[in-house]
Amino acid sequence: MSFLEAENMTGGYGAADILHGCTLKVEKGQIAVIVGPNGAGKSTAMKAVFGMLKLRGGHVKLDGEDITTLSPQERVHKGMGFVPQVNNVFPTMSVEENLEMGAFIRPDDFRGTMEQVYDLFPILKEKRHQNAGELSGGQRQQVAVGRALMTQPKLLMLDEPTAGVSPIVMDELFDRIIEVARTGISILMVEQNARQALEIADQGYVLVQGANKYTDTGAALMADPEVRRTFLGG
Amino acid sequence: MDFLNAIVAILNYVFVPATAYGAQLALGALGVTLIYGILRFSNFAHGDTMAFGTAMTILVTWGLQKLGLHFGPLPTALIALPFGIAITAAFVLATDRAVYAYYRKVRAAPVILVMVSVGVMFVMNGVTRFVIGVDEIQFTDGARFVISAKGFREATGLAEPLAIRTTQVLTVVLAGLVVWALFWFLNKTRTGKSMRAFSDNEDLALLSGINPNHVVAVTWIIAAALATTAGVLYGLDKSFKAFNYFQLLLPIFASAIVGGLGNPLGAIAGGFIIAYSEVAVTYAWKKVATYAIPGFEAEGLMQLLSTEYKFAVSFAILIIVLLFKPTGLFKGKAV
Repeated sequence: MSFLEAENMTGGYGAADILHGCTLKVEKGQIAVIVGPNGAGKSTAMKAVFGMLKLRGGHVKLDGEDITTLSPQERVHKGMGFVPQVNNVFPTMSVEENLEMGAFIRPDDFRGTMEQVYDLFPILKEKRHQNAGELSGGQRQQVAVGRALMTQPKLLMLDEPTAGVSPIVMDELFDRIIEVARTGISILMVEQNARQALEIADQGYVLVQGANKYTDTGAALMADPEVRRTFLGG
Repeated sequence: MDFLNAIVAILNYVFVPATAYGAQLALGALGVTLIYGILRFSNFAHGDTMAFGTAMTILVTWGLQKLGLHFGPLPTALIALPFGIAITAAFVLATDRAVYAYYRKVRAAPVILVMVSVGVMFVMNGVTRFVIGVDEIQFTDGARFVISAKGFREATGLAEPLAIRTTQVLTVVLAGLVVWALFWFLNKTRTGKSMRAFSDNEDLALLSGINPNHVVAVTWIIAAALATTAGVLYGLDKSFKAFNYFQLLLPIFASAIVGGLGNPLGAIAGGFIIAYSEVAVTYAWKKVATYAIPGFEAEGLMQLLSTEYKFAVSFAILIIVLLFKPTGLFKGKAV
């Protein structure tokens, strides 16, 4: 059984459904990537997994436990970490305070986790007294990921972590994400840069109109001529 | 000698009163800016919260005086202040529970919350007048002067007097302490940081597990404490009259907006900018000019604006800032 099992998710924001029986699974310590054309419901699917969207059908299970009815906050307590695509830091607070706020729900000493985040993103340690709003796009994404890691999540969800950053920064961010996965954290990620994302993906999901179109390992999807032709531009 | 006299006259009639007034405005503006930053609406009831808090403090002061309790050279109202704050905080929290909570739940637009606060303002207005009346009340006691006009003249031999009242020194010292405590709280404590996080990015704060109800309650309590302290200091320095506090709303809002709404540092700077401008524009400069410029004979009082129009100063500054720098001098949120 997979660590995260979100099966047959159906639902949307208003009366119309955006997701039509979408299924996403992530194994422990693996990277799953959701790709697809604009408006395919990629971000919506991730929000549904995190409970920001009411589902009309399907269920979400984390580590075997059904969490379909839980609120996003309750899911954070269950071990989910979520990095939104935009507005994912506290801009007028320092990097260190951002990490502290990430650990807000933890009653125990979180300094060890903070050191781990600083080891993972050394630039953050250097800029820890600077306001997050004053950092570059790539650095801000690192703050956002670091903030989410502070709860020591078992599943980290990233909504387009490389949106708006340069290709060099993108490669670096992907390297860091691989490092996070190596520590045993499962990762579910939505990406616009489908090619690069699938390269690091253990599992890839191609969504079209809120439903699974292709599901395979990242490498297999990259090798599939049909997927290449329709989604990866040849 | 004349030059010294000019400086003393400026200190006595402009700098000292404006500094005390500025500190009072800064405390008021801090409350407004805190509510704007965290609860996301302009609280029109803040002036009347000040009036209510001051009225409660006056009632407790009278009680203490009846019991024969005094605070030496300091005003008795200082002992009553914590009680006044506690009563006001309870009142404001009850108002939040009864009124504002509903509009938060339905996620009402900020402009609706502003209108709601106007309603709350009228109710608080009425309650305050009902409890303590509409008359002017002097409630300061203890030593009146730190430096008296007569003493200063005798000590220096200057023609111009310099008087510094106990309440003016008290205002500046207490305001300084309150501001220090507020910044310490916001920057160093877990609850304070969570309030800043909530102000910065509400959605992310919720995702981080910050309890919005707790943040809202603490914000109201701090706003009530700031309003009551500002109101009591203003009342000690001048006098208490419910209507004057309602009128204070304009310079307080001007201070908060000039500094940048939502920015505590801006609120303090704004308070002093408004106070110094108001006093400087309405002061008759004839005496200072006569001292400073030898052989100069002023024709009029050299007063730019008569004191009745002092609120026009806040208004003018407010409009200039909104036209040219809508986010305020310090980086605040757009109005």
